[in-house]
Amino acid sequence: MFRYYLKLGTLSIRANPILSALMVAAIAIGIGACMTIMTVRHVMSGNPIEHKNDQLYHVQVDNWNPDDPYEDPDGAPVQVTYLDAKALFDAGRAFRQTTSFKTSRVIQPEGADARPFQEESRATTADFFTMFDVPFLYGSGWDRSADETLEQVIVLSRELNEKLFGGENSVGRTLMINDETFRVTGVVDTWNPVPKYYDVNNNPFEDPAQLFLPFSVAIAGNYDNSGNTSCWKPIPDGTGREGFLASECIWIQMWVELQNESAKQDYMTFLNAYVEEQKLIGRFPRPLNNHLRNPDEWMRYNEVVDDDVDVLLGLAVLFLVVCLLNTIGLLLAKAMRSAKNTSLRRALGASKAELFKQHVIEAGMIGVAGGLFGIVMTWFGLRGIENLYADYDFIQHLVRMDWSMVMLAVALAVVSALGAALYPTWRTCNITPASYLRLQ
Amino acid sequence: MLKMKNVSKVYRTDTVETHALREFSLTVDEGEFVSVTGPSGSGKTTFLNIAGLLEDLTSGAYELDGRDISKLNDKERSNVRNEKIGFIFQSFNLIPELNIFDNVDVPLRYRGFKADERKRRIEQSIEMVGLGSRLSHLPAQLSGGQQQRVAIARALAGEPRFLLADEPTGNLDTNMADSVLDLLSEINEAGTTIIMVTHELGLADRAKRNIFVRDGQVSDGAPELHLASMAAG
Repeated sequence: MFRYYLKLGTLSIRANPILSALMVAAIAIGIGACMTIMTVRHVMSGNPIEHKNDQLYHVQVDNWNPDDPYEDPDGAPVQVTYLDAKALFDAGRAFRQTTSFKTSRVIQPEGADARPFQEESRATTADFFTMFDVPFLYGSGWDRSADETLEQVIVLSRELNEKLFGGENSVGRTLMINDETFRVTGVVDTWNPVPKYYDVNNNPFEDPAQLFLPFSVAIAGNYDNSGNTSCWKPIPDGTGREGFLASECIWIQMWVELQNESAKQDYMTFLNAYVEEQKLIGRFPRPLNNHLRNPDEWMRYNEVVDDDVDVLLGLAVLFLVVCLLNTIGLLLAKAMRSAKNTSLRRALGASKAELFKQHVIEAGMIGVAGGLFGIVMTWFGLRGIENLYADYDFIQHLVRMDWSMVMLAVALAVVSALGAALYPTWRTCNITPASYLRLQ
Repeated sequence: MLKMKNVSKVYRTDTVETHALREFSLTVDEGEFVSVTGPSGSGKTTFLNIAGLLEDLTSGAYELDGRDISKLNDKERSNVRNEKIGFIFQSFNLIPELNIFDNVDVPLRYRGFKADERKRRIEQSIEMVGLGSRLSHLPAQLSGGQQQRVAIARALAGEPRFLLADEPTGNLDTNMADSVLDLLSEINEAGTTIIMVTHELGLADRAKRNIFVRDGQVSDGAPELHLASMAAG
């Protein structure tokens, strides 16, 4: 009977082209508005490293002002000082660990005509690449010994490698950066985690770094931090870079990889002990307030998805509801038009259940059509957002529709259409056959 | 056998109560050809609707083939309509989007027959009404008489025990009406019980028994007298 009902649905849609088109349009517009915002929210709230969510932890230690917490009521700072980053990294108590900060370097390509250009870079440690499953097109990251010996090595993004070496395997080649020579150890394949979970404090949706180089080299070379820096204690005048590194200013992101819950507990104990030790020398004036947060928790803590997005999503859902109310009205009108047909089928032996199935399948067909057109509307919606916020480079990362969202659009449209069809179908099934046949 | 005893049907609105049938009692035996006549608003069609399970009765008892209809749920009533009753309407009631084959197929679909069995029955019933060459035509491509023949084929395809016809020739000219009546007589001769509502005395005459309905009741007295009185007035 399913195929028969599909055939009847097709005939019914053909017999009522305007009503059917209006219903499809109402659903498509509602789905388009809803899915546009849902897609943006979906991308913003994603966790690109979900498969390691129970192993990776962002480190927070509360070195902040005793009289004024970093964030009310008792939020710990979201980055760490150089003092703490170095001490915790050197202790090497985690299975893997990485410290990193955002910097900016000037690349000097070879060739007389080539002009230098600035690139967003990340100073980090060897474990960064393995901890975050960074995919490599050529070569690999540097090893830990390079961190210790301040080796001048770099990892390039695919795009930068394309720009500098025409996409060839550049491992072993050298590159001048700010008048220093660096050797390429690897080229990252396309890697653009959205949100950029490893550094959500510096725009989680911006383009990824094009260049990675050792943290130790960056510190020794006095590379500036181009990310956020927050201080609660003034740096003594005249102390320069040394004073900054020894200050209570936070500017470094630290992550550790811990293989199980027990390792996490041990690391927490270590962190607490470290802070207690620091208290003895006059640091960490606030009560113990250390945290290890996995990527999910970390992105929620930092409210990567702004409240405004949820408000917009609520409004979009309401708009979908309005569209569905219109669809209900159209379905009722269609039901009234087909009342004679329904009565006849009842007279010829169709039970209410059979009629219900027939109309639900027809509504499902309308829903699928609405969903497919809804995907087109969503595409237009996302392009609209992209154009509206064209000044922001990162917007292109938020307006991508993946297959899961395409499937969700169709599923939502079908469920919406079925929901809208329930009342009209119930009315249709309860028609007394004689009341319409008598009028013939 | 169709048996109604003291059946009443009342239509109610907020302010008006209309008694369409009052204490209506009638028995129709297997194989009969009964015509039901009476003035407009007398309750003929209401009787036919209740007999065909298209409408509920307000009070009284109705048995069809020994089954108390009031005790059946929707699915059982639908099955009874599908298996035991065939309908013929004044305005044919064919589905305009479906061709002749698919129109006749409708009740068979609900019966759950397999495709080859449906095909056999459809072709057989359409052949019987003389439209074997029009299987793929749409209703709009047929004359009124041909459309009514398709409706009869649809009613017959399920091999029902009862054929309920409401003014089956009301929209046809005299020649076509005669031909449809001939067909109904043949069907009755083959054993199907026919109950035909009509206001045309000539047609009523073709039935083996005539029931006269007035004010929602089977009227007493010889049908011939009533027919004569209808003809006179």
